[in-house]
Amino acid sequence: MIKPIRLLNRVPKVDYFRFHKLCFALSVVLCAISIISITVRGLNYGVDFAGGILIEVRTPAAPDLAKMRSDVGALNLGDVVLQDFGGSNDVLIRIERQTGGEDAEMAAVQKVRETLNKTLGGSVEYRRVEVVGPKVGGELVLDGILAVTLSLTGIMAYMAFRFGWRAGAAGVIAILHDCLTTVGLFSVSGLQFDLNVLAAVVTIAGISINDTVVIDDRIRENSRKFKRMDFRELINLSVNQTMARTVVTNGLVFLATFALVLFGGPVLFGFSLAMLWGVIAGTYSTIYVAAPLEWYLSNRGKTHAKEMQAEAGSP
Amino acid sequence: MIQIQRWKIIVVTLLCAWGVLFSLPSFLPRGMVDQLPRWLHAERVNLGLDLQGGSHLLLEVDTKAVKADRLQNLVDDVRVAFRNQRLTYTDLGVEGEAVAVRLRDLADREKALTALRGIDAAATVTVSPEGAARFSYSEKAWEDRFSSAILQSLEIVRRRIDETGTREPTIVRHGKDRILVQLPGVDDPERIKRLLGTTAKMSFHLVDTRATAADAESGRAPAGSMIVESDRPGADGRREKTVIQRRVAVSGENLTDAQPSFNNGEPVVSIRFDAVGARKFGEITTENIGKPFAILLDNRVISAPNIREPIIGGSGIITGGFTVQTANDLALLLRAGALPAPLKVLEERTVGPDLGSDSIRAGTIAIAIGYALIAILMIVGYGLFGIFANITLMLNIAFTIAIMAGLGATLTLPGLAGMVLGLAMSVDANVLIYERMREEERQGRSPYPAVDVSFQRAYVTILDSNLTTLIAALFLYAFGSGPVRGFAVTLGIGITCSMLTAVTVTRMLVVGWLKWAKPKTLPI
Repeated sequence: MIKPIRLLNRVPKVDYFRFHKLCFALSVVLCAISIISITVRGLNYGVDFAGGILIEVRTPAAPDLAKMRSDVGALNLGDVVLQDFGGSNDVLIRIERQTGGEDAEMAAVQKVRETLNKTLGGSVEYRRVEVVGPKVGGELVLDGILAVTLSLTGIMAYMAFRFGWRAGAAGVIAILHDCLTTVGLFSVSGLQFDLNVLAAVVTIAGISINDTVVIDDRIRENSRKFKRMDFRELINLSVNQTMARTVVTNGLVFLATFALVLFGGPVLFGFSLAMLWGVIAGTYSTIYVAAPLEWYLSNRGKTHAKEMQAEAGSP
Repeated sequence: MIQIQRWKIIVVTLLCAWGVLFSLPSFLPRGMVDQLPRWLHAERVNLGLDLQGGSHLLLEVDTKAVKADRLQNLVDDVRVAFRNQRLTYTDLGVEGEAVAVRLRDLADREKALTALRGIDAAATVTVSPEGAARFSYSEKAWEDRFSSAILQSLEIVRRRIDETGTREPTIVRHGKDRILVQLPGVDDPERIKRLLGTTAKMSFHLVDTRATAADAESGRAPAGSMIVESDRPGADGRREKTVIQRRVAVSGENLTDAQPSFNNGEPVVSIRFDAVGARKFGEITTENIGKPFAILLDNRVISAPNIREPIIGGSGIITGGFTVQTANDLALLLRAGALPAPLKVLEERTVGPDLGSDSIRAGTIAIAIGYALIAILMIVGYGLFGIFANITLMLNIAFTIAIMAGLGATLTLPGLAGMVLGLAMSVDANVLIYERMREEERQGRSPYPAVDVSFQRAYVTILDSNLTTLIAALFLYAFGSGPVRGFAVTLGIGITCSMLTAVTVTRMLVVGWLKWAKPKTLPI
């Protein structure tokens, strides 16, 4: 039989609180940069949210971008962006939201199609056409924010029910940290933020919360086992005991996500990149944001340990 | 000694068999599925338009037009009702969201009230002591009208799309006043958008021969007549104007059939009226030989031929400079019937079949590579137990697909993301259990108790983490829109299945192996 390889043969004895102030500072800086960038620079919203037109075409020969740009530009449809996309014969065309509502959008698409058919001689292949009117775009933003906010509230409520409100609050702050820095990454880099990226942000929240729950669960178990242990020690012990699992699980997810970045193709790129960052941020925030925060919230461990023992009635 | 009840083993084995068998059709090519035994012809999982290519249109029914249309009709109804009751009135017209009219003779108040109530029982009628009558609808009555307009639109949209021969379209009501149309395999929805963008109200009017061409141009129409434009612009780009009688001679509602055909080599649409339409059409054409009449579609003149002879058979042809395509489309629209209100396209998403398959290919390859990495590393890290974990992972995929197919849910790109997270949670469950076994063994427990305690302890953690994520998925499903929901569905199913596969099945495999091999130490 194959001899399994163990990454960690003993339970490590790392003091995670040693650098927690530095990490807090780092997190605060990252969040601040994200918030500033999101408010000042904003996000490069995809057609999903901003409304407008996105057309991806494949041309039979290498496309003459300059000619396409001037032909489509001559239609007076406002901001038009053309770029190579994926393969060498693929061109992505983005046209800003049209004034005049939904009907104007549809008329504009028709015009662009006619122009491209003329310019490229009718042999053009429309690989993707997305037209989002202003109404729907606005709703998608609101729906997304509402759904994410409510699911975070749901998570907090469940964690508060199982582990006490401090763990719930610390867990949600850690998730917010991960989501915020991911969105910040998209703002700083100017990468397009669309519905797929939103899906990634939600996935990240899921991974992050899973990590936090695993460690909180161990803290609860240990607090029953070692009734007199200092809460800070207890957190360190629990993080150390679950470290092998953290390394294996998050390592595997990281590798799988990395494969998605490398081989997932241009359509999935935004999603994959957000996931990759999220896995790193999620792992970090569980240990360096959620855990120390819980310690601070429990008056540096004075109130928390007692409460945990009292609340942990169920196995 | 850990005991697993026999009935549990049987139930779980049967469930697993179900999952594998019913996910099979989704993985095999269509041709091979047909070779399978009949009872295995399970549904394949639906692929979203982003994965298989196709066109997605979100339409909105113009409720403002429904309102305006209804109010205009009410004005006509009031006029007819008052005329029948010989009531005199002034200032009849639409006022805000009501129809207002002023009675000349206050003695007629009671009579007017009865006449107005007789028009529509759902309406609110008030007549002031000064003789000002108002005819309006409550919010609820309007809602009912909108609702029926939307249901009717849905039916017409369905008929029109069916007539185009599109395969497996999905046409559903979406929210309060919207219609979602999904057309798999359609990569140029322009024709369908054009068909759906036409209300297609047809009517036949007599041309008002009293008016001259100059009258039409200057916009002065005699009483009881109106000016309408031609459907097609002329050579100079202007639309010819015609003065027609307001009164509808025959309405498009009386049509029973319309087919494209040829007349002297020119594409035309031949139409057929029902009995009422045929009689009316017969009378009009008999009485007005030599005079022109106009055929209108959505208040634009398609053609205005002269009546050469009485048409009494109930059928006729419409000419109008059609091409084969436009004749086909008009016939289709007339057969399917008119929309109660115009439709507006709010959103269009079209994915060509190639991009669909490219993104599937890229996504599948990436997921396969990621999955292979996980599978290999699980064996490297946990040996035999890693193989057990891989079996449960495959079962998880099979279950998710089988359930999606069974529910008729649609797998989209964000859905694939949800599946990946579900798999990650499933891997995590296995890792939690195995790492716990190592800990327990390190503390000096022998294999049986170590396994027993590990499953018990890890189960609590897994339950907590899965429930947390499941709650998040439920909220996302309840409050999210399209893509977010797709994500939530696969995630929710994946997590639920992982409770069965990663916990129960793994436990059975491990315990079964322990009983069979009776090892002194755990091979982990």
